[in-house]
Amino acid sequence: MNMNYINTLLNGEQGIFKADTLTPMQKITLRFVVVGLVYYAFAAIEGMIMRIYEITPIPIMNEKHFFAMMTAHPLVGIFGSTYMIVFGAFLFLVPFLMKKPLWSIKAANWTFFLITIGTIVMWSAGFLSHYAPLYTLYWPLPADFTQFSAVGGAVFIFGIALIMVGTLIFVVNIFKTIVYTPDGWDKQPAGALLISALGISGSQNIFRKNKKEHLVPLPVAAIARGTVDILLNALIITFTGVLILIYMLWEIGGISLKSTAIDALLYKNWFWWGLDLIADGAVLIFVAGAWYLLATLITGKKLFMENWARAALFVELVVSWTVWSHHLLSDQAQPGILKVVSGEMVTAFELVTQGLAFFITLVTLWSARPLKMTNPLKFLLGGLLGFALAVPCGILQADLGLNRILHNTQWVVGPHVHVAVLVGLTMTLYAAIYFLFPILTNGAKWYSQKLANFHFWAHLLGGIGMGAFMGMAGLKGMLRRAIYVDGEFNIYMILAGICGVFLLLAFLAFLYNIIMSVGINGALGIFKPAKLKTKDLLPAEGK
Amino acid sequence: MADSNDVLNGLIVVYTTYSILIISLVAWFSYRITRQGRGGLVKPSIFYTWVIMLAVLGVTLHLFTYNTIPWSPMDLNRADIKPDKVFEITVSNHQFQLPAEKMIIKTSEKVLFKVTSTDLTYGFGLFRPDHTMVLQMQVLPGHINDILWQFGEPGIYSIRSTEYSGPKGAYMVVKDAVEVTE
Repeated sequence: MNMNYINTLLNGEQGIFKADTLTPMQKITLRFVVVGLVYYAFAAIEGMIMRIYEITPIPIMNEKHFFAMMTAHPLVGIFGSTYMIVFGAFLFLVPFLMKKPLWSIKAANWTFFLITIGTIVMWSAGFLSHYAPLYTLYWPLPADFTQFSAVGGAVFIFGIALIMVGTLIFVVNIFKTIVYTPDGWDKQPAGALLISALGISGSQNIFRKNKKEHLVPLPVAAIARGTVDILLNALIITFTGVLILIYMLWEIGGISLKSTAIDALLYKNWFWWGLDLIADGAVLIFVAGAWYLLATLITGKKLFMENWARAALFVELVVSWTVWSHHLLSDQAQPGILKVVSGEMVTAFELVTQGLAFFITLVTLWSARPLKMTNPLKFLLGGLLGFALAVPCGILQADLGLNRILHNTQWVVGPHVHVAVLVGLTMTLYAAIYFLFPILTNGAKWYSQKLANFHFWAHLLGGIGMGAFMGMAGLKGMLRRAIYVDGEFNIYMILAGICGVFLLLAFLAFLYNIIMSVGINGALGIFKPAKLKTKDLLPAEGK
Repeated sequence: MADSNDVLNGLIVVYTTYSILIISLVAWFSYRITRQGRGGLVKPSIFYTWVIMLAVLGVTLHLFTYNTIPWSPMDLNRADIKPDKVFEITVSNHQFQLPAEKMIIKTSEKVLFKVTSTDLTYGFGLFRPDHTMVLQMQVLPGHINDILWQFGEPGIYSIRSTEYSGPKGAYMVVKDAVEVTE
């Protein structure tokens, strides 16, 4: 091995990255991103193992382990990876865009530790005890102690509780940062800032002749509105967790509580109401906000139809509170009026809000032709394509007639969920990471553009391909959350598995590129205490 | 009556066509934005047209399926339709307990499957021998779970739970449980 290679491996590309020069804010943001990527690797490897098990049950694990993995997989992906990367980015971006320091770095550290530890506690409890009610937790399955250990379940719920506490601290930190008055500043109009952040003043602008200046930049408004859904979701998950925990603690104490005390349909309604605040609320709002931010930063142009974009984010927030019934279209006891109004019609409005964000972003990019095809731009386009493919899938399955033959099939989880998450959301996050990388590292250079290109193509083709083959299996009747032992759908699962390998290779290329860019010493240095004592986001010379 | 396979084939055509179009559009756009050209903004009227088109498309989809997929109106109005046959099935401890007599149905008959769970949330699905799905519904404990159906084709169908109910439920299959004749 030549000395140059070892030097780059240890100290990064051209030795530019110096962890000692990072501010505490840069370090905390990078820590969030690094841990988020580690958990992404967890979820990706688990996904591959499960894919192999779907092709042929492998002897190293049994059904209990398989379903425990399936329970942990989306939770590690959502909380351990996506929450970490998104929270880290937003804790940096909100003060960056508001041009004032974060309200509390200490609170940001608490969020980091609680979600990092909570995820590993939850994952370990599932791994060791095989607690596996899946993230859907349909009552009374989470309290079925003939199948699951109450102790294992209690530890699992404790891990989720840690994540929720970290999430609530994040919510407080974001809203306080928007409205608070930093030391030495003139008193900030907290109420007006909050109204602007929630989009009420922005929506009024559509109907005003003399448009008012927005107090809060559009991406911050998107973050604030998505954070409202994050808060409501955390409250629902915490409430549900406490309820399940009561059953577990009583069971451990030798008393079996009656599971029929909780109505299964009512439980399903509130659980999906809460879960959709993330799936159909925060994700879509955050992603639209990220598209707008990236489009304006990449082009240097004003956003096309900004007031409409703000209004759409507000509509998306309200829509996210009223769409949960599309998960209950195959529940015959669910009232028909809820199925039609909430499940079909309101859900169809996601086509409008997301289609509008898609259009606004494309027109803003178009206005700045010719653009250089940079890494952030190409990943942004990948993210746009991901949602353009996945959202119509969601609208199609949120139909009374089609849901009857699509519900719980691989169609739902393939071209809808995995394409939305892996192509739409993750590629948007990658666009933000590629964009923020030089800012957060004080100008570090990427080791290899070829690896970045490979990362893009392998991820895009792997993600779309995996979703497509899962979808084909779903249309042929393959269920999700099921095991097929006679090779019924092997052709589709093998092809989806090959696409999964592409996704994994894409991630490894990205990881290698990052390590070679900042060096092993630099990567470790991110986790050492910051030498600079400042609340500023960037070092003085880097501003 | 149209079969689920007819509807799924239609869906394959629609979604595949859409996917090819949207991938081509984004690919074309990605190429064009790197080229010189007029970068003027799109007229607001095009934007408003786009928004209205999306809203119309979203609502029209449901109106179209309601009027073309036969089980949609039948499902919403099943309380007012008298079935020709009723089969009561119980699910308990990860087992389907079927009616004593074999479930034999004619394609001309409307049949009501009434499924009750005594413990967990399960699913009730009917599948063809080639594993494609005919229908499914959720089975919640403490609630009436019924589905009214008219089969489009004769055949022998298997029951499978379509909802995860723990590792014990992974193999909840009853082969050749329903026979449909002309």
